[in-house]
Amino acid sequence: MSKFRKAFTSVNPALTQAITDVAISRRGMMKLLSAGAVMSTGLIGFPELGFAAEAPVKGGKLRAAVANASATDTLDPAKGSNSGDYCRQFMFYSGLTELDKNLAAQPALAESVESSDGITWQIKLRPGVTFHDGKSLTADDVIWSLSRHKDPAVASTAITQAKQFSSLTAVSPTEVTLVLTQPNFDIPVVLATSQFLILQKNTTDFSKAIGTGPFVLQKFTPGVSTVGTKNPHYWKPGLPHLDEVELMGVTDQAARVNALMSGDVNLVATISANDVKRLRQSGQFGVLESKSGMYTNLIVRTDIRPGSNEDFVLGMKYLQPREMMVKTVMQGFGQVGNDTPVPPWHPLFNKEIPQRPLDVEKAAFHFKKAGMAGATAEIITTQNIEGSVEGGQLIQQFGHAAGMNFKVRRVPYDGYWSTHWMKDPVGYGSINPRATVDLLLSQFYLSDAPNNESGWKNAQFDQLVVAARGERDQAKRKQMYGDMQQMIYDHSGTLIPTFISSLDGHSNKVRGLEAWPSGLMMGYRFHEFAWLAA
Amino acid sequence: MNRYLLFLIARRCGSGLLTLLIVSAVVFFVTSLLPGDAAQMVLGQSATPETVAALRQQMGLDQPLLLRYLHWLGGLLHGDFGTSFASHLPVAQLVAQRMPATFELAAITTLVSVPLALLIGLAAAMKRGSLFDRGLMLGTMAVVAVPEFLVATIAVIVFAVKLHWVPAMSLGTPALNFASYLQTYALPVLTLCCVLVAQMARMTRSALINQMDSPYLEMTLLKGVSPLRAMLRHALPNAVGPIANAISLSLSYLFGGVIIIESIFSYPGLASQLVDAVSNRDLPVVQLCVMLFAGCYLLLLLLADILTLAFNPKWRS
Repeated sequence: MSKFRKAFTSVNPALTQAITDVAISRRGMMKLLSAGAVMSTGLIGFPELGFAAEAPVKGGKLRAAVANASATDTLDPAKGSNSGDYCRQFMFYSGLTELDKNLAAQPALAESVESSDGITWQIKLRPGVTFHDGKSLTADDVIWSLSRHKDPAVASTAITQAKQFSSLTAVSPTEVTLVLTQPNFDIPVVLATSQFLILQKNTTDFSKAIGTGPFVLQKFTPGVSTVGTKNPHYWKPGLPHLDEVELMGVTDQAARVNALMSGDVNLVATISANDVKRLRQSGQFGVLESKSGMYTNLIVRTDIRPGSNEDFVLGMKYLQPREMMVKTVMQGFGQVGNDTPVPPWHPLFNKEIPQRPLDVEKAAFHFKKAGMAGATAEIITTQNIEGSVEGGQLIQQFGHAAGMNFKVRRVPYDGYWSTHWMKDPVGYGSINPRATVDLLLSQFYLSDAPNNESGWKNAQFDQLVVAARGERDQAKRKQMYGDMQQMIYDHSGTLIPTFISSLDGHSNKVRGLEAWPSGLMMGYRFHEFAWLAA
Repeated sequence: MNRYLLFLIARRCGSGLLTLLIVSAVVFFVTSLLPGDAAQMVLGQSATPETVAALRQQMGLDQPLLLRYLHWLGGLLHGDFGTSFASHLPVAQLVAQRMPATFELAAITTLVSVPLALLIGLAAAMKRGSLFDRGLMLGTMAVVAVPEFLVATIAVIVFAVKLHWVPAMSLGTPALNFASYLQTYALPVLTLCCVLVAQMARMTRSALINQMDSPYLEMTLLKGVSPLRAMLRHALPNAVGPIANAISLSLSYLFGGVIIIESIFSYPGLASQLVDAVSNRDLPVVQLCVMLFAGCYLLLLLLADILTLAFNPKWRS
């Protein structure tokens, strides 16, 4: 990974403006996509769009509302399970690395994370970093923070990734050697995820949130709000701009938008496409559309009937009204998917694979070949998975023409993940973006993965996943990931009709925001870069 | 009278405790029938068999259901309400955080809605059959017939988003002064009054009319007592029973039933805590919340009965 950039020019208001303004026009899209292509080569920096950047105003209090509010709200990185948790944890803790707007890992608490073979990683810590209580950051804190995830009793959501840490040893107080069980060149990116944020050694009380992050915890009430004030000793000079941030949890979407429009909060996460119109009309609000890797997928279990017949799965793939979904259900705030979990804007996206269209005749052909013409199949949907009910109904409609009789059963969202997800023969799931393609493939596609959604087993694919982790050459890597996408496209039972953009709303007073693909509200780290115009 | 009252209170408390016990058992076993448990809910998509097993063991979910219930009951007798599965904090502490907000909202709504309802009921009863009476009754019916989420949402859009008179969120943050306190509570209380006033006002009206039709009230009027005095001094005390019952039933709604108000106004009360706990399968929290709601309900009914008795002339001598 590259050395640390000298200045934190992480915010370019002009660019934000451009992303926000052009998000819907096709020409604007092209402009951004080509900009993205230039960026991803890493040769040229971010193109200046010819605006003079405004100087950020220091100080002020920003109130933001996220969509999650529950007693499970936590300041323990191992337990974080939703975007609200991630935003909260990035306020108070820093990671060894952090993701930039191109999804590349940049040094953070680590000055460098390097390896020649992908197995043994040397982590050099940034000198002079202190925790909120004044204690300096040492190798022991890092070792404790990373290795705790391996203990099943911690019940970490990152236990699967942590299992690849074979040993963690302190070379000196500022240097750690991490040895993996097998080579993985994605480690710098994995370390940037919120689960691997660095805590003080032997932390038992997570409600204090003593980290090295941009804010110091003042008040934390699970299910209600979190208040942090500026950390004057933050290791990034000049950041954060804000004096205080209050992060509230407001589960009701209409209530969030109303709170923004009435001026109670300055920034709200996760709004609907309809709200976008309402906010834009008033002229005082902006919308942050982050193209992300989030998707709603239709899971056809390939180990039970009817999905055990490959022709049935193919028929289902041709029966996906992808463009219709993007246009109507998402009102344009999404992208057509091609049944692989890699979104079209991603550097590793395989462009060679032809886009599967909605083709009722081909679907009918495959259903007939599967011996299922005129048969009945049930699709399980639930209200809270975006696009699943509408998707199911559209499939039902087109299914008639393809000679299939689909029944759409709507089940309660409550308990959906433990009773329905991956258990029904045909049912919907929803996957949040992951930091690397490998994380997605390892968690949802490997033959022995606990969350192998469709029960798809392919030994060649499994080998490629492991081999790609240990491949250092970028071009070869891209080729390998391209091959894996082809396999998924051809054989997997997991159908990905569309990718969903995340939409956040903000008042025009909030500056310094831009859409990052790593997650909503600037990859969950808006508080570090945002500032309030006077 | 006092002895009878004491006996009644004691008997009510006894049956109340029994009711609470039955409620706790029903809630415990019904909640356990819900798909998924707290360990799966906490881990969600990232659950692996070993982390689920480890969490279940930490939470004691690996023990048989009946044993867990008895364990909970045993703790209750010692004043130990258990530890939340979701946040690992003592349940008593979690509920105590939310309780003041719920009671505050309930108290303010009571202070506004009860006098308002009595006033409307009284006025309607005095002008019985007039256009004024019919207008009032029709108005209150119309208001209660509109669903509260609609009233709340329209109120927010008009008063918070368009006019900026009041905040859209009533987060329960300490208000700076009396004016901002009023602003914070204006919309939730307004919406709740819409729901509550109609029932109480109609009950007041019909109870009073009942009394007005009785011979003794006719006698007082014939003796030359002014209608207002006859109503307040003679009819009202005798109508306290039904009115108190109607009020207590309406107010009991304020404890468990305000989930819609709480979510629309982001008000951190007990109802949203209960709903959250159910979706997290956080049984200890569910149990304590339900116990509290049931307890408040029983207490309100008891108060209404005591009031009825206290105002009953038969027992006053």
